[in-house]
Amino acid sequence: MSVARADAPAVTAGSADPGSSADAFYVVGAILLLAFPLFASPFFTFQIGAYSLVLGTVALSVMVLGGYGGMVSLAQMTVAGIAGYTIAILGHNGSNVMGLGWPWWLAVPVAILLGAVASALIGALAVRTAGIYTIMITLAIATAFFYFVRQNYALFNGFNGFHGVEPPKVLGVYLRDPVPFYYLSLAVAVFFYGATIYAERSTFGLTLQALRDNPRRARAIGFDVSAHRIFAFFLAGVIASTAGVLLVWFNSQISPGSVSVGAAVDSLVITVVGGIRRPIGPFIGALLFVILQNFAVDLVNPDRFNTVIGLVFLAVLFVSPDGLLGLVDRLRTVAAAQSLRQAVPPQGHMPNQGTAKD
Amino acid sequence: MTIAMKRLPAVAAALALLAGTGAARAEDTIKMGGLATLEGAFAVLGQDSFRGMDLALQEVNYTVAGKKIVVVKGSSDASPESAVKATRKLVEEDGVQILIGPLSGSEGIAVKDYAKTQPKVTFLNGSSAAQDTTLINPAENFFRFNTDGVQWMAGLGDYIYNKKGYKKVAIVAEDYSFPYSQVEGFMLPFCKLGGHVPSKSWVPIGNKDFSSVIAALPDDVDAILVVLGGADAINFLTQYQQAGGTLPLIGGSITADQTVLGAKGQQRKAVVGMPSAGPTADTWDDPRWKAFVAQYRKAFPDGFPVPSLFADAYYMNTKAALLALAQVNGDLSDGGVKYREALAKLTFETPTGMVKLDKNRNAIADIFVTEVTEASDGTLLNKVVSIAKDVDETLGVPQAEFLKNGPASRDNPDCK
Repeated sequence: MSVARADAPAVTAGSADPGSSADAFYVVGAILLLAFPLFASPFFTFQIGAYSLVLGTVALSVMVLGGYGGMVSLAQMTVAGIAGYTIAILGHNGSNVMGLGWPWWLAVPVAILLGAVASALIGALAVRTAGIYTIMITLAIATAFFYFVRQNYALFNGFNGFHGVEPPKVLGVYLRDPVPFYYLSLAVAVFFYGATIYAERSTFGLTLQALRDNPRRARAIGFDVSAHRIFAFFLAGVIASTAGVLLVWFNSQISPGSVSVGAAVDSLVITVVGGIRRPIGPFIGALLFVILQNFAVDLVNPDRFNTVIGLVFLAVLFVSPDGLLGLVDRLRTVAAAQSLRQAVPPQGHMPNQGTAKD
Repeated sequence: MTIAMKRLPAVAAALALLAGTGAARAEDTIKMGGLATLEGAFAVLGQDSFRGMDLALQEVNYTVAGKKIVVVKGSSDASPESAVKATRKLVEEDGVQILIGPLSGSEGIAVKDYAKTQPKVTFLNGSSAAQDTTLINPAENFFRFNTDGVQWMAGLGDYIYNKKGYKKVAIVAEDYSFPYSQVEGFMLPFCKLGGHVPSKSWVPIGNKDFSSVIAALPDDVDAILVVLGGADAINFLTQYQQAGGTLPLIGGSITADQTVLGAKGQQRKAVVGMPSAGPTADTWDDPRWKAFVAQYRKAFPDGFPVPSLFADAYYMNTKAALLALAQVNGDLSDGGVKYREALAKLTFETPTGMVKLDKNRNAIADIFVTEVTEASDGTLLNKVVSIAKDVDETLGVPQAEFLKNGPASRDNPDCK
């Protein structure tokens, strides 16, 4: 890592100003994301675009905890589910169970707050452990919540869950239409992406990373390790709950299947395949996941398409253990080394190049 | 490194762009979608469904009125949300003009609701058999040429009460709309005759451990009605055997089906002699059924000894789609308006007899009461006991009167 950083100035010294080229990528990325619904079909806008952004946001909360805090949580889909169930219970649903009819502007903040508090409580249980034990505890919570909602009929309507959970009409725009829902998902994703980038360099973010790297030393300096980690769970909970609200609107229903162990594992797979070290990773992972989910069935015999999905994920992690992001990084390192060699060619190669030109 | 990070949104968007190019719709082809469950507890059922669909298409060599039929298949896992996702992909991305599917009850209700948003696409059911799909808020462009879960039980309640003499029956069923329909179809006549159902156990789809359900079954009943499908049925029957259960079993339509009977294992002992009812009967000696079985076995040597009711339902719905297509000369250019008119009027011979539609576009057809027997080569087959002719969706009662029973659910009907 330190080698790559030392090389970086040398690579870009001769070319254009690095800041402006980075800005250019941001601009191109922003234009493409904003213009996407203009050239994409409603199907692509909604089921690929918007769904990738929503799943990516759930996975972002996994990344925040795993990447900065070193805590791998399998319970973030559960947090999203708590927010989703809250919307169905407090707002309107078509299942004739609960559905207290609160207006959306009240139900949504309450759902997000409830999800975030639940996440903090999960954190309070989990932060006393480390590594595989954190995974086990959060997996246990996810499993328990899944069985609880499946068996509880009075509040959660059991196996069938809630259907007909519709997003509101705001200023005459029906939010579940593909284009409005895409922009809503994009806004939420970009907001949390930006907030994560900001938080990464904030005092809190740096402290969290210090706690990840050496908790004993941080404690010796005087940081309260548990409190910081629980607060990180709360913040990740805000991200996951907001995505959970979008998820229940996207599906217009929520059932125990939405918070099953399979769904929890999916959120981790997305994060790991995309790359857990930077906030863009979960979104890349989500895009790959959603594209595979939709189109793998066209590639092979429909009986076997789940095998293809599994093999692609295996292949990604086999080639690059740190996910697609790591793959991109490695390609850039190779490219940088190459351009460095060209910029300052070793003495021995000079005559060869000369003869080649002749 | 930071540059790489910033470049990635652009890469992601470009990727999405590349994948976003939809296929062009050619003039001389018709796109037909197929949707069944190739994942989860009902995967075996989904496989056999597609055999039925392929069979109907092979008969016409994938061509109607000189137009080639291009088939795109999709998969779901029996949850309504997966069915709608797969349907949306087939309709909006692949551009299918006709869709055959889905397989499971609650999927059918969800796809019917989705059909209302796609008025130019014609939806034919696969094998999903929740009654509400066509009885409550039907969609104009959703047709079901198979009968539903309530119809499938026609005659069984009477047979169990009067012929078998079981007056008290416990129920074990999956917890979603199709078993609600089956239980309703069984209980309406059974309760009316004076029968009692003291306990109902509803289990989730994909349940693996039935020990607590089996332990909670009452002892003072005459029989157990089992409405479970695929892997769930096999798990329950095996575990009931292992637990030493001895009560006679009554099968739901998809429990006494080849997708369960055709499986190897201990559960086979439990099902011999099991009465059931459904839209097909394996040993029916009608030439139409026999020809269908021969055709199925020739095309799919690795299939079941006899096509399952799922293969039959997908076959019928696909055949209806093709027959009506031939009637309009393959012309769907008006968004399928004429095509759907032809479908609504269609009456045709199926392997299980004549089928026609009611005003809700749901099938009226014959239903078989059956009993499982073991053939000389060891295969388990459904033997015909009796046939109910032309069973309609409300079991012969006027619709308004039938609706007074209320929607079928975990607690309705009830006769403890």
